[in-house]
Amino acid sequence: MKPPPFRYVRPDSVEEALEVLGEHGEEAKVLAGGCSLVPMLNMRLARPEVLVDVNRLEALSGVACDNGSVTIGATVRQAALERSPQLRRELPLAAACTPYIGHFVTRNRGTIGGSLAHADARGELPLALVTLGGSVLAQSQRGQRSIAAEDLFVYHFTSALAHEELLTAVHWPAAGPGWGYGFAETAQRHGDYALAMVACALARRDGAVVEARLGLGAVADRPLLASEAAEVLVGQDLGGPAGDGAVAEAARLAAAAAEPFDDLHASAAYRRRLVAVLGEQVIRAAWESASGTSGSAG
Amino acid sequence: MSSHSEIAVTVNGRRYREAVAERMLLSDFLRQRLGLTGTHVGCEHGVCGSCTVHLDGAAVRSCLLLAVQTDGADVRTVEGLADGERLHPLQEAFREHFALQCGFCTPGILMAAADFLAHNPAPARNEIAEMLAGHLCRCTGYAPIIDAIAAASGSGAE
Repeated sequence: MKPPPFRYVRPDSVEEALEVLGEHGEEAKVLAGGCSLVPMLNMRLARPEVLVDVNRLEALSGVACDNGSVTIGATVRQAALERSPQLRRELPLAAACTPYIGHFVTRNRGTIGGSLAHADARGELPLALVTLGGSVLAQSQRGQRSIAAEDLFVYHFTSALAHEELLTAVHWPAAGPGWGYGFAETAQRHGDYALAMVACALARRDGAVVEARLGLGAVADRPLLASEAAEVLVGQDLGGPAGDGAVAEAARLAAAAAEPFDDLHASAAYRRRLVAVLGEQVIRAAWESASGTSGSAG
Repeated sequence: MSSHSEIAVTVNGRRYREAVAERMLLSDFLRQRLGLTGTHVGCEHGVCGSCTVHLDGAAVRSCLLLAVQTDGADVRTVEGLADGERLHPLQEAFREHFALQCGFCTPGILMAAADFLAHNPAPARNEIAEMLAGHLCRCTGYAPIIDAIAAASGSGAE
C-alpha cells in the first residue's frame, strides 16, 4: 500500500507542465487532488514514471462567469461547488450533485477537472457536465482544443484526452431564467459509488417545458444523455392533467436507454428500475425548481 | 532508484526541513519521520478517514498526499488540536459522550469535525451523520460520536 517509485515534477507554469507531458507521453500522469490517482498508486494499479503535480499552477485555479457560462479552472476543489455562493447560484445542478462526491474531507482536495479527466462512469461531475452540455479545454504543446462533454467520456476511466494533453478548464452553461434542475442518486451508503443516478435540466415557459435534458450515470460505461426521453417532456405542462403521463413515459424511456450491468452490488434490472424511479423524481424536481419563472423570460 | 526532495513544512506550529523520498506519503512522513503517531493509518486509499489532518486549514486525507507536496505548507495533526493542556472542545465533548472506544478512528474524526464545524457551525444531526460517512468506526455505532459533535457545535443541539 505504498506508491511505487516515480519522478515527481512540480512545474511552475502550464507551458512547463505541457513540456513534461509532451516528453513523457503515457509514462506521465497528472497529479491534481490525488483522490483517485493516489489510491491507484498505493495499490500499484498505476505505475507512472513521472508525476506532474499541477496543484500550484495559478492558471488552473480561477473561476470566471460571463455570457451565460462559467469557466472553472481544472484544479478548483470540488468543495467550491458547495461553498461558493456564486457557483451555487450559477451552477445549481453541479452544486446539487457535489455532496454525493466522496466525502466532506475528499471534496476539500478533489478537483473538478480531476473528476472529469478521471472519467469514472459513476462520477457525479461527469454526469452533470454531460447533462448541461458543457465542455472542457485541453491544452498540449501543439495547441488547445475544446472537447464537448458528450465526446469527452469514451469508456469507464477513459477520456478523449490524449496522453500529452492537460485538461486546463471546464466550461459550464450557467443557469438561465426559467431553467430548473434535479439530481438524485442511490448508493448503498452516502459517499459510496452510485448504483444509479439521474440528472435533469429543463426550461419552462408559459406553463410548459420548452427544452429538456436528461442524463444517466453509473448505468453504462460512460454518462449517457437520454435524448428521446427528454424529448417527450417538451411542450408538456408537467403540473397539468397530462403531466404525470409525460413524466412516467420519459422515465420509462430513460430506463430503456440505460445500459446497466450486473455486479456484486446490484443487478442490471435493479439499476434500470432505479433509473425510472430516480428519473421521475428529478424531472419533478426540475419542473418545480423552474416554476419561479414564467412569461417571456429566457 | 528513488528520488528525494527537500521540503520545508510547518507541522503544529513547528518548522521542519527534511529530505523525503518523493513517493513517501504524508501519513508516513508524519508518523515515521516526525514521530507524530496520532495520525492513524488504516486503509491507505482514502476510504477509512483515520489519517485525516489539516493542510493549510482544510481537512484532507494524509494517505492521499505525498509529503513532497506539503513543501511550504502548514500542516496540523491531532497532536496540535489541544491548546497546550487544555483540550479542544471537540476532544472534551468526545470524552463527555463516550464517543470513542478503541480510539483508532478518533484522530481522523476529530480533525474532520473541526474543519466541518468551521464551515457549518450549527449542523443538523443528519448532516453530521453524512460527514461521518467518510470515517469508519467499528466500536461505537456512531451515535455517541454524533452526540459529541452536536454538543461541541455552536448550536449544541442534541
